[in-house]
Amino acid sequence: MKFSFTEKVGHEFMNLAEALGGAALMLKSVAFWMFRSKFEAKETVKQAVKIGVDSFTVVALTSFFTGMVLALQMGHSMKNLFNEPMYIGTMVAFSMLKELGPVLTSIVVAGRAGAVVTAEIGTMQVTEQIDALYTLGTNPTRYLLVPRYIAFMITLPLLTVFADFIGVLGGCIVGMVKLGVPTSVYYDDIFTYLEVGDFLHGFLKTYFFAFMIATVSCYKGLNTKGGAEGVGKSTTEAVVVSMVLVMVLDYFISALLVAVGI
Amino acid sequence: MIEIRNLVKNFPDRKVLDGISAEIKDGELFSVIGPSGTGKSTFIKCLIRLIKPEGGQIIVDGQDIASTSSEFTLAKVRRSFGYLFQEGALFDSLTVLENVAFGLKYLTDTPKSDYPRIVKEKLALVGLKDVEHLKPAELSVGMKKRVSLARSIAAEPKYMLYDEPTTGLDPVTTGMVKDLITGMHEKLGITTVVVTHDLNLALEISSRVAMLTGGKFAEVGEPAKFRRSENAAVKEFMEISHLSRE
Repeated sequence: MKFSFTEKVGHEFMNLAEALGGAALMLKSVAFWMFRSKFEAKETVKQAVKIGVDSFTVVALTSFFTGMVLALQMGHSMKNLFNEPMYIGTMVAFSMLKELGPVLTSIVVAGRAGAVVTAEIGTMQVTEQIDALYTLGTNPTRYLLVPRYIAFMITLPLLTVFADFIGVLGGCIVGMVKLGVPTSVYYDDIFTYLEVGDFLHGFLKTYFFAFMIATVSCYKGLNTKGGAEGVGKSTTEAVVVSMVLVMVLDYFISALLVAVGI
Repeated sequence: MIEIRNLVKNFPDRKVLDGISAEIKDGELFSVIGPSGTGKSTFIKCLIRLIKPEGGQIIVDGQDIASTSSEFTLAKVRRSFGYLFQEGALFDSLTVLENVAFGLKYLTDTPKSDYPRIVKEKLALVGLKDVEHLKPAELSVGMKKRVSLARSIAAEPKYMLYDEPTTGLDPVTTGMVKDLITGMHEKLGITTVVVTHDLNLALEISSRVAMLTGGKFAEVGEPAKFRRSENAAVKEFMEISHLSRE
């Protein structure tokens, strides 16, 4: 059957509306079980390790090299403009704390841990393990979703703090070795111009990113259909949607935080 | 007792259950047969509200679960059911011990210290021992079915539902699963519903058999009566299954 352009657009719009409605119902269920059920401590710790601890190495490497390349590029630009690498610490720290730390960490977590969550829940869905939970007196939201939401909300901000420090350290090493900026000058630049609000700006954003990644990953996993192929499709979609939404949300939340003075 | 009245379930492309009615009495072993894709699994999933029907009633011990939207009512009714899934549906990330103890944790007030003993007992009941520490990936298909059965009966349900219990099994394991179903039914007195395309199995173990075709029960009766049915769909299915009408 051939569909007209308008029908195709209508179909896509209906799919989007259905997905948003489904996600809203899922969130309602998460909110309900978050405060009504016994805390699944063991499962939450297990998820925190999977999402946070297992992502640490990739996050550390990404932020370390990002900090290094930032220092290198800015150092050379400053040399070209002012004949000396000025304010390297300030620029690296500003960039890492306000933007690159939270955004890169969220992208790494969406790609690594978000994919794991979708694949795991998706596999449980297609192998009837989710149905089995119902028959064994357990609501899947309570047992699967709530611990993952809590784990994302705790670990992503913590990973971002680590990423900020490691990125600034990477910049410091390049500043010292390649640009000849003493460590004391580098850190003096940071502490002279940076304020707590600059750190908070980036840190607060990660809660929105964590919530969004948890929602997309869990929703895609729960709505997986069609066996192993379906699991692959859901996982890819979850990663792509999360990464795009990190960028989109980043702009709007930054604008909001700037507007309220953070 | 489970009463099913005018049960209706539609999928986007077709009507799967078209006004089914039946009564499953306490202590009965009721089988639903039919070719693949006729809605047997949909029927059994409706019985425990894993799938919500569009119409009709499913009354379990006086409580209608077909239309209720209360999670607590559903959870309460589901407590009286055990369910053996087609592929076992064991939790991959948990050991056999944790899988079998899962229902004990969430459905009963059993002290945690009693879990290993009860799990051992239930595993022995399905003919398994010393597998508590294994993960589902380390088990054969037959062992998975048995562990899944042990998990289903751990909390001592009043009703037991089997979804295609012998699909994908070799003849030896099929015989073993058949013995397990009748054994559980006789030993524990559990009201049992089996959906299967294995007519031979259904006629051997059941108190009553129902043939699901075209969204309705074409025939419901005791195995002997069922064999003599003049219903065209039943006769055709008997012929396909190479079964004698005597």
